[in-house]
Amino acid sequence: MTMPTPYFPPLSAARLLSTAVLGFVLLMVFGYLAPKWMISLATLALANGLVSLGILIMMRSGVVPFGQGLVFAAGGYAAALAFKYFGVRDALLLCMLGGMTGLLVAAPFAPLLARYRGIFFAMLSLSLSMVLYGILMKTDALGGSDGFNVSRPTLLGMTAPEQRPEMLLWGVTAFFTCVLATLVRLYCNSSRGLLSLSVRENELRVEYLGSSVVNIVAWNYVMAAFLGGVGGVLSVLALGHIEPNFAYWTTSGEFVFVAILAGQHSVLAVLASSFVLELVRSFSSAYFPNTWQFALGLFLLLVIRFLPEGLGSLMHWRQKSARN
Amino acid sequence: MNTHTPGTPVLSAQGLQRTFGAVVAAADVNIDIQSGERLCLIGSNGAGKTTFVNMITGYLKPSAGRILLAGEDITQRSPREITHRGVARSFQIPQLYLQLTVLDNMLAALHANRGSRHFFSAAHDPQSVAASREILRRFGLENLADRLVRELPGGVRKLLDIAMALTGQPRLLLLDEPTSGVSADEKFSTMDTVIQAIESGPEQVSVIFVEHDMDIVRRYATRVVAFYSGRVIADGQAESVITDPQVQQHVTGLSSQPLGAHA
Repeated sequence: MTMPTPYFPPLSAARLLSTAVLGFVLLMVFGYLAPKWMISLATLALANGLVSLGILIMMRSGVVPFGQGLVFAAGGYAAALAFKYFGVRDALLLCMLGGMTGLLVAAPFAPLLARYRGIFFAMLSLSLSMVLYGILMKTDALGGSDGFNVSRPTLLGMTAPEQRPEMLLWGVTAFFTCVLATLVRLYCNSSRGLLSLSVRENELRVEYLGSSVVNIVAWNYVMAAFLGGVGGVLSVLALGHIEPNFAYWTTSGEFVFVAILAGQHSVLAVLASSFVLELVRSFSSAYFPNTWQFALGLFLLLVIRFLPEGLGSLMHWRQKSARN
Repeated sequence: MNTHTPGTPVLSAQGLQRTFGAVVAAADVNIDIQSGERLCLIGSNGAGKTTFVNMITGYLKPSAGRILLAGEDITQRSPREITHRGVARSFQIPQLYLQLTVLDNMLAALHANRGSRHFFSAAHDPQSVAASREILRRFGLENLADRLVRELPGGVRKLLDIAMALTGQPRLLLLDEPTSGVSADEKFSTMDTVIQAIESGPEQVSVIFVEHDMDIVRRYATRVVAFYSGRVIADGQAESVITDPQVQQHVTGLSSQPLGAHA
């Protein structure tokens, strides 16, 4: 299928804001109506989806990182350590702390990584995450290979309700998802977002027109790191546990897969794809306990075969029909 | 807004030399370009035209000599710094963003020129769109603004490539073979469009264009410089350069003597 331009159609600030508010309301309604197991699954899905949103930003500038586990783990560990040793319990604070930690961890490497492309960029980013994995595994003060637990967070001084304790974290997750997804959409519609696409299409022309390709790619990497850090914190709070596997290459690979599954044509598709992947994984392991990886792989193959541009391309079927 | 002191050449190349090992790509090149001039570079392949262009734009540093842009020494400036000082170029093979629309290509060029620093300023703000559409209108491309570049024919891509170079309101525009890939019956109309679009802009733009078609050279160049083996072998009015014996021998391959005539 021939896709339209990957540049997102511009939306007014009012429409973006109303979409974000509506999205938050819908997510909260979903939270009250859905069973507990689905809320837990959805919380993890959105947390992982935020990391994949960062990968979307980078893919739109032509690079694919295979090491977002670096910032996912860095953010998660920062929050978990603050929770355990400094008594920081507020979920909003922890998320901001995790996001900033991811950003600060990634920032020194951004100018270096931004000079590489293709497999070299991917492997360099992967190597950084695996270095962190090795450090975490060997550092007993951080729990070593077992990691350590965290208990329930608070929100603006309030503890989680007894009957629906998962709703506190779900509310925080929904909030950050709506805010960050809106900001990502805004960025994609911005002049720098358009330049990111230009970098992917033709770096030479971007340079000849006077903009720095390295600068654009590096900043995209830093922004993705913030998203990854926030996702890491939400995952830690959802699981109640942090461990070195947050930085492992298979974790990083899953984030990339969600981004590929979603395609580059929609911010919402990234979040939806993360949720779909979690659903498929959960049902596969429940109904095919011995072959769930096979079921998951088959699902992924079918999507790649019939929707090569990702789940987000479904949003353009109507447009394609009109063109034909 | 580019400032230019009257009398000062827009570009002054002084004693430029460039070697690649034992290969001399440019030797003692001295060229001054005045404001509003349309200078054409001619020469066979490997004569040094593209080397000269790349040195002006900063992608090659000369082994010796210097380059002055409106009196400022830009010899060691980076390509982006030179671009921001008012030098723009188009390409023999158009360098476009094929998956984007014509308007998005122009907006991308505009924002790249501005060095966009704001993370959330809209790409499609009304002023940028208006400025982009104005340039497209000058090139006769406004009706194609919403078309994807990958769907466009080669001649239109050429025009868009040049239009993008004008978004930064350069004082010096380098056109690398602007009619290459354009069909023979469209070459003149393409050049007419390009020259008209350049000259109808708010700022005076000096043009350097590389060309192999002598009919185009005769018709559009106010001055011609001929290269051979990295050296300038002729510099002057189009007809006098084209009929220069050295140019005929090394560049055009056309002898002034009729066939069968003996010396």
